[in-house]
Amino acid sequence: MTGILQARNCTKRYGAYTALDDVSLVIREGELLSIVGPNGAGKTTLVSLLTGQFAPTLGTVLFRGEDVAGIGPGKLAQRGLARGFQLVQMFPLLTVAEAIGVAVVSQRGRAHRIWSSLKADRAVTEDVEEVATIFGLSHRLDTRAGLLSQGEKKLLDIASAFALKPQVILLDEPTSGVATADKHTIMRTLIGAAKRIGLKGIILVEHDMDLVAAYSDRIVALQGGRVLADLPKNEFFRNAEVVAAVVGRPPAGFH
Amino acid sequence: MDGNTPQPVAPAATHDAPPSPASLLLPAILAAAVLTLATAPYWASPYAITMLLPFFAYAIGLLGFNLLFGYGGLLSFGHAMFVATGAYTAATLTGVLGVRSLELILLAAIAASLLIALPVGLLCVRYTRIFFGMMTLSFGMLVHSFLIKFYAITGGDTGMTVLRPTLLGIDFSASPRTAFLIGPFYYYGLVLLLIAAALMYRIVTSPFGLHLKAQRDNALKAQYLGVKVHQFRLWAFLISAAYCAVAGVLLSVRSGNADPEIAYWTHSGELVFMTVLGGFASFLGPVIGALSFIFLRDWLMTLTEYWRLAMGIVLLLTVIYVPRGVAGLAETVIAQTVKKRETEEQSP
Repeated sequence: MTGILQARNCTKRYGAYTALDDVSLVIREGELLSIVGPNGAGKTTLVSLLTGQFAPTLGTVLFRGEDVAGIGPGKLAQRGLARGFQLVQMFPLLTVAEAIGVAVVSQRGRAHRIWSSLKADRAVTEDVEEVATIFGLSHRLDTRAGLLSQGEKKLLDIASAFALKPQVILLDEPTSGVATADKHTIMRTLIGAAKRIGLKGIILVEHDMDLVAAYSDRIVALQGGRVLADLPKNEFFRNAEVVAAVVGRPPAGFH
Repeated sequence: MDGNTPQPVAPAATHDAPPSPASLLLPAILAAAVLTLATAPYWASPYAITMLLPFFAYAIGLLGFNLLFGYGGLLSFGHAMFVATGAYTAATLTGVLGVRSLELILLAAIAASLLIALPVGLLCVRYTRIFFGMMTLSFGMLVHSFLIKFYAITGGDTGMTVLRPTLLGIDFSASPRTAFLIGPFYYYGLVLLLIAAALMYRIVTSPFGLHLKAQRDNALKAQYLGVKVHQFRLWAFLISAAYCAVAGVLLSVRSGNADPEIAYWTHSGELVFMTVLGGFASFLGPVIGALSFIFLRDWLMTLTEYWRLAMGIVLLLTVIYVPRGVAGLAETVIAQTVKKRETEEQSP
């Protein structure tokens, strides 16, 4: 079983504490995979492994067939895996155009141009405007990111990740902290954008089961650092035991 | 939230708008400032002119310092070591090696500062905030001790003499000292400042400048967007060191000597003071800071022997009440004036 991104038997220990225990997971082309689970289940650790922030204690992470365990966020971004963030205080002092521009500059390999004017770079400006338009931020280009509404901050964070033109994007609770109505708008915008740029896969880490139910193709449930279930959406929600474990209270004796 | 429906946009409407009064105001002020400085030797007192020489020097040094601090988010408490590098390079070249060309001295000073800044920067840029500050402070103190202790090379606490250099190959050793300083050397400093400012403006508005600001605001997010955080911090560190070395050369030519005090940590503190006073959030803030600092200190020294205390109070008041410095204050005033005029024009 091969996919575009996969974790093979990954274990991550912090001293005596095991955050992830023998986790395997594959994301296939064209798929929206949701990772769910209660707090402390290991979701954030898994995200950090998949995005190369650090290496697993045991196991491997493969992106497009290459071992990318712990190669670092920058190199992984270059190869086509982008990440959105849960807490979005991204670049409070930069304008929306600049924040998207950071990614465009990387994507176009312009970062080392220390003597050229950024404003005069038509290609960068056009890319920035295109991405801003897709995410409905084109009327905010000159606004400082710190002054945006919570929903707009979320969109900007996702937009900057999209501006890298990645193959796979991993989003850590892209809609946390915004009103329910806006959550669906963000999700629809992001799925529309994914189609537009030909994204090969989306990984969604999400607490909100309504969103997971509405948009996922497949769901992986984590509990206590282990994979509890890895099922297509319909089968997942038919499995009462799994749903209870993820949505309901943690069972007695679980720390 | 009104920002979620993709809208047809006409970006040209906002980008190709006719220049607003505010956007013409700044170039006008800058042109007036350059004209004032260029004509100053004809109407200002020689004393005032000699005060502008350290202003040119510090303005250059702080433009570099603020690339690291304002744009890179890294506050160094050791940059006097690079000012000292410039001064001692000038002393060694003119006094020991007999090289008198100021252009060669400047190039050598930049090379020497890069040689020191490379290993120091490699170690320091892995840290941020107070840790970066303490690391640079330690290296600064190390350089100061070296200058004091290695008497045979550096002249110890008496320092070294800096002989009068030639400017663009022209020897001014026949003219009196003050005539040299307020004449050719003044204009040399002014032109150098203009060049240094133009180059720095180019750097901060480049793609590199954007990535530098991005890592300042959020290093992790920046990494995920492909920003080479450590590498670009190091570049900023090297450039800031080179600018400070140029400042050191100009300061030492004016004073005629290189003194270990120039490397002392309080001098690094003064660099921070000037930048904060002028406003680190503005491109020209450090330049305004250098000017304000030099004339403020001179004025306070004529008023009281407790001028250090008075300077301390000024710093305190700046941080509390004008955190964006003199430049921030000026920007606010200009913005309000323009806004007021626009509303007056709109209302009949």
